Amino acid sequence: MSTLLKPKTAAELRDLYVRQEMMPTIFCDGCGLGNVLNYTLWALDELQVDLNQVVFVSGIGCSSRLSGYVNSDGMHTTHGRALSFASGIKAANPNLTVIVFTGDGDGAGIGGNHLLHTIRRNMDLTVILVNNFIYGMTGGQSAPTTPIGGISSTTPYGNVEYAMDICALAMALEAPYVARWTVNQPYPPIKSIAQGIAKRGFALIEMLVPCPTAYGGRNGLKGVERIWQWYRDNTVLLDDFEHIMEFGTHEEQEEIKHKIKVGVLQDSERECFDEQWAKLVERVKL
Amino acid sequence: MDRALIRRALGDKVQFIQGDDACAYGALLAGCNFFAGYPITPATEVAEQMSILLPLVGGCYIQMEDEIASMGALVGASWTGAKTMTSTSGPGFSLMQENLGYAIMTETPCVVVNVQRSGPSTGQPTMGAYGDMMQARWGTHGDHEIIMLCPASVQESLDMTIVAFNLSEQFRTPVLLFIDGELGHMRERLVIPDDDEVEIVNRPMFNGQGKYLPFATDASLVPTFAPFGSGHRTYVTGLTHNEQGLPRSSSAEIHDKLIRRLADKINNHRDQIIRYEEFYADDCDIAIITYGITARTCRDVVEQARSKGIKVGMLRLITIWPFPDDLVARWAERVQAILVPEMNLGQMIHPIREAVAGRCKVAPLFRIGGEIHTPVEILTALEELQCQLC
Ligand SMILES: Cc1ncc(C[n+]2csc(CCOP(=O)(O)OP(=O)(O)O)c2C)c(N)n1
Ligand code: SF4
Ligand SMILES: [Mg+2]
Repeated sequence: MSTLLKPKTAAELRDLYVRQEMMPTIFCDGCGLGNVLNYTLWALDELQVDLNQVVFVSGIGCSSRLSGYVNSDGMHTTHGRALSFASGIKAANPNLTVIVFTGDGDGAGIGGNHLLHTIRRNMDLTVILVNNFIYGMTGGQSAPTTPIGGISSTTPYGNVEYAMDICALAMALEAPYVARWTVNQPYPPIKSIAQGIAKRGFALIEMLVPCPTAYGGRNGLKGVERIWQWYRDNTVLLDDFEHIMEFGTHEEQEEIKHKIKVGVLQDSERECFDEQWAKLVERVKL
Repeated sequence: MDRALIRRALGDKVQFIQGDDACAYGALLAGCNFFAGYPITPATEVAEQMSILLPLVGGCYIQMEDEIASMGALVGASWTGAKTMTSTSGPGFSLMQENLGYAIMTETPCVVVNVQRSGPSTGQPTMGAYGDMMQARWGTHGDHEIIMLCPASVQESLDMTIVAFNLSEQFRTPVLLFIDGELGHMRERLVIPDDDEVEIVNRPMFNGQGKYLPFATDASLVPTFAPFGSGHRTYVTGLTHNEQGLPRSSSAEIHDKLIRRLADKINNHRDQIIRYEEFYADDCDIAIITYGITARTCRDVVEQARSKGIKVGMLRLITIWPFPDDLVARWAERVQAILVPEMNLGQMIHPIREAVAGRCKVAPLFRIGGEIHTPVEILTALEELQCQLC
């Protein structure tokens, strides 16, 4: 993996990679989705990917609008189904680099079954899943990621369901690359997105992104500063977590036990679907 | 794909096979190189056959986690330029509706085979029926047109699958090929056509002149295609979009123009889409209008009835949607009564009645439960009709 040598400015990135006709974005002030777009463009730039060979695929939701802002081929599909369309693209033309933008509702809620089977098949896709703990686009209903007790427009008295750990699911299914980052640290996510794209096989990058409009306000996190602070207070780097669990005091361990682990959580090798299929064709072709 | 390879994969020129397999053979001959599906009786054999054939010719077969995903994968694959097909039966077809609408909206060629069984719900998995005729027309939400073909034999299952691919390429729209459990599992003699007998149509491609507008059209109303990866940086969305493909979902004008064009590109070309077969059209008092497997019983009964002095003619619809209403109206001018036998509780009788518009009597003969109509049953109905007319 190359290192970030000459990071481009936001304006340079925009000119190179953004579909100008789609500007401005639909995102609210203080939304973290713009950052996710920036990080993705930086990663593309770092890898010097030929944009003509990239397809961005997404479902439906605020986060799924990201596909339209990148000036490559793109497909904005139906709610929850982005991975199905992306799988068809990749299986039919393995030369294309297929990157998926999805939300927590889109990718883990309505699309949860596709997520698990796309990982199981080890489709060579890079999935950037934006987790904002909420159904943002439809105005803030509870999602499978809304914390227990969390207030949403459909859990006005507090959420009684447990939130799911999307990365844990991906790891259990042996996804070759799994990482989770928050948007307030720019460099690790850029690196992870680049690693995910470079990885042959399924790569999941879960981005914890504030949605001040539909989640923050209802949950005592009004204002961008407070919501970003929440992410700082409630996440722990994987390395720190492991270190504290091994060497820390009991109090330190108690404090971090329930925090969300961020970092590269899994990095391994496994032959992907199109490699397996190509070998099969080689074996049986007339 | 390599034609010689396809021939070798299909084997003997004359075979004794079932309707499901014939659909798969037709797909291969039409150039299908991508199949995504999910098993379901009585359509499973289509998928099984494709899983055997596609790797032999270098295509891709993928079993998805459900029919929603299958339909999504077809659309994705089609945008790389692949010719794609899936197969299913009632419950799976229900699951496909949302992404079928996406394929219509995004003008994505693909073929959906539905080997129908009795519903609603799980119904009679192993029995044939024609209960999805109206779901085919209106199953996905919003205003739209659809193309659907209903073959009546194993040979025609192959032939019409090729036609289905060609129409879907020509008009850049999903095409439905509907058979039923009876036909799907019935074995008959099949003659595999030679290459010079197989017409292959490919979607209109962008000629590279000027800027590519992925959803701009000429008088054909069908946009030209450039696959993903060809450098045109196309954006495809199910939202209402402009000629460039960019979302314009708040514009009444753009929506109106787009949705009317999608309907017109099919309706303005009905003469190229509509296929049917007529018997004794100019010499009858009573007509049978029929389709699918039922048409085969009807065909025999027509001869029996005529030998008994009942002047019966028969119209067999092969293209179901767009509905050939002018054709049915012309029949209604000529006859005093139309018998409509259907393996459902009355679906195609509705557009038939609408086209007849009171010009003659329309008599239903519905049968459900999984068995096809008997000749006696149809003959008796014709005799009763004849009596009523005297
Ligand atoms: C089949 C279907 N059901 C419901 C919707 C409505 N809907 C649109 S976006 C959305 C939630 C999106 O949530 P998420 O994926 O978390 O994206 P976010 O807006 O939070 O980024 C829902 C429920 C839809 N478009 N389609
Ligand atoms: S609703 Fe939330 S996720 Fe959607 S654009 Fe606004 S802040 Fe971002
Ligand atoms: Mg969300």
